[in-house]
Amino acid sequence: MQLYRLTAHELHDLLIKKEISAEELNIAVFDRIENVEDKIGAYITRTKESALESARAVDRQIRDGEAITPLSGIPLAIKDNMCTDGLRTTASSKILSNFIPPYSATVVKKLEAAGATVVGKTNLDEFAMGSSTENSAFFTTRNPWDTERVPGGSSGGSAAAVCAGEAVCALGSDTGGSIRQPASFCGVVGMKPTYGSVSRYGLIAFASSLDQIGPFARDVTDCALMLEAISGHDPKDSTSANYKVPDYAASLINDVRGLKIGVPEEYMAEGILPEVRIAVKKAMLLLESLGAVVEYTTLPHTEYALPTYYIIAPAEASSNLARYDGVRYGFRAAEAVDVIDMFMKSRSQGFGPEVKRRIMLGTYTLSAGYYDAYYLKALKVRTLIKQDFDRAFEKYDVLLSPTSPSPAFRFGEKVDDPLQMYLSDICTISVNLAGIPGISLPCGFVDGMPVGLQLMGKHFDEGTLLRVAYTFEQNTDYHKEFPKL
Amino acid sequence: MITVKDVDHVALLGRLELTAEEKEMFTRQLNDILEHFRSLERLNTENVQPTAHVLPLQNVYREDLVGQHMPREDALSNCPDREENYFKVPKIV
Repeated sequence: MQLYRLTAHELHDLLIKKEISAEELNIAVFDRIENVEDKIGAYITRTKESALESARAVDRQIRDGEAITPLSGIPLAIKDNMCTDGLRTTASSKILSNFIPPYSATVVKKLEAAGATVVGKTNLDEFAMGSSTENSAFFTTRNPWDTERVPGGSSGGSAAAVCAGEAVCALGSDTGGSIRQPASFCGVVGMKPTYGSVSRYGLIAFASSLDQIGPFARDVTDCALMLEAISGHDPKDSTSANYKVPDYAASLINDVRGLKIGVPEEYMAEGILPEVRIAVKKAMLLLESLGAVVEYTTLPHTEYALPTYYIIAPAEASSNLARYDGVRYGFRAAEAVDVIDMFMKSRSQGFGPEVKRRIMLGTYTLSAGYYDAYYLKALKVRTLIKQDFDRAFEKYDVLLSPTSPSPAFRFGEKVDDPLQMYLSDICTISVNLAGIPGISLPCGFVDGMPVGLQLMGKHFDEGTLLRVAYTFEQNTDYHKEFPKL
Repeated sequence: MITVKDVDHVALLGRLELTAEEKEMFTRQLNDILEHFRSLERLNTENVQPTAHVLPLQNVYREDLVGQHMPREDALSNCPDREENYFKVPKIV
């Protein structure tokens, strides 16, 4: 039995039946990491000793007959833009390459409190800015289905780790698709929850009105378990919503009868690879055959989402990244003549090209004379995009689309053309602008590469998304495929 | 059209020191990207309220109580240079 291929809920059953120990499980995952990490490059930092120590604590609990949680002893990976107390956290940037946080992100604390073991910190596009993980300042992560291709991004390390059996589940962050797009490229499940439903305390900020932490998993059940463990109000995050976290496991119902599913025609138009469209159409037919009402609908402002996003996100980023000045933490350049020179040199040597590009873009659109034309305009169009969704959700329970216009692309294919790279987020960014939840799950393969199906839901209605996703998964086998490495 | 001079000005505002190649590249790329943004001009947004943030949350306050704070040594633990309990920086004036 290859333990690293099982899901958290399967492993939990084995743990409570005492058929395996948590230590055994964690050793199996670290052995897997030893065997494949040279090919994949998912991790920046690995934490074998502390993981095995936590696993042994779980084993003692089981031995003593104490109750354990569904995530106790389960090996998890954390994207390296979430702070971990005493453990280096880099955001894949030279400017934070030696940063050791003095506190942990709320999500990390919650998972540790649930007994999960953290196996390591995963690679990302620097400061989560990118769609391929090629923008990491350290190294490139490879797609386990074809190591000549990108894993997607920005949470490429987390997606690849879960896909390759180097972690059972993982955390990512999603500002414009950074969980869903890599989940789709790697053939795993990834969810961006409703804005405000998961605390962002301890997440290294990119664009604060769009950023949201969420789970990666090998199936929808694990996704629900992870979501439940990390959700909830946090007084340390002033944008955290005060709401009662539902029992997401109760949403795992294999039945979509009577549910109304809308398919925005703008998401199935030109620009989407025909093979991807075919895979999504098959998913529509399947859900219809299972009793859902599936209809085409429209989100008329979709074409404006990309420019709107690429004004708002860099504007917020340019402001958030002002804190990297070489004073309190992070890289400081040597030989500065005065303090301004120190800021300029530290930032110029510490940030990579994409981060600089976004600081430039954001600073420009916020600067005197351009604020109204770009930033304020984008905030207004954001309202129109949100209203499109409000109207669609008056009629439909869930919206359905591809997650990305194509499967994983090859290294270097888009990295020199920022606009082409930005277009790979075309199906995911509106969800962040509207603050609604979205999930990606595997719905087929094109030339051996996974295709992702995206479901979008109403604010705080993750339950219905999970129900539709679970039903689709229970009636298909795509999630059972495993890459040969 | 953005010129190299505009790029210089924005770089200074963003506290970035760019090389000649970077200036040339950003001038070209920012023009391409801003050109793409022009599609927004087609929309009439005169009577549309801006959305800065999607949740109906405003003015989140808490009770003004003394809480746990990060110990001073922890707060200073990552700084590149310090003197006693201060962050130390190069000469300002």
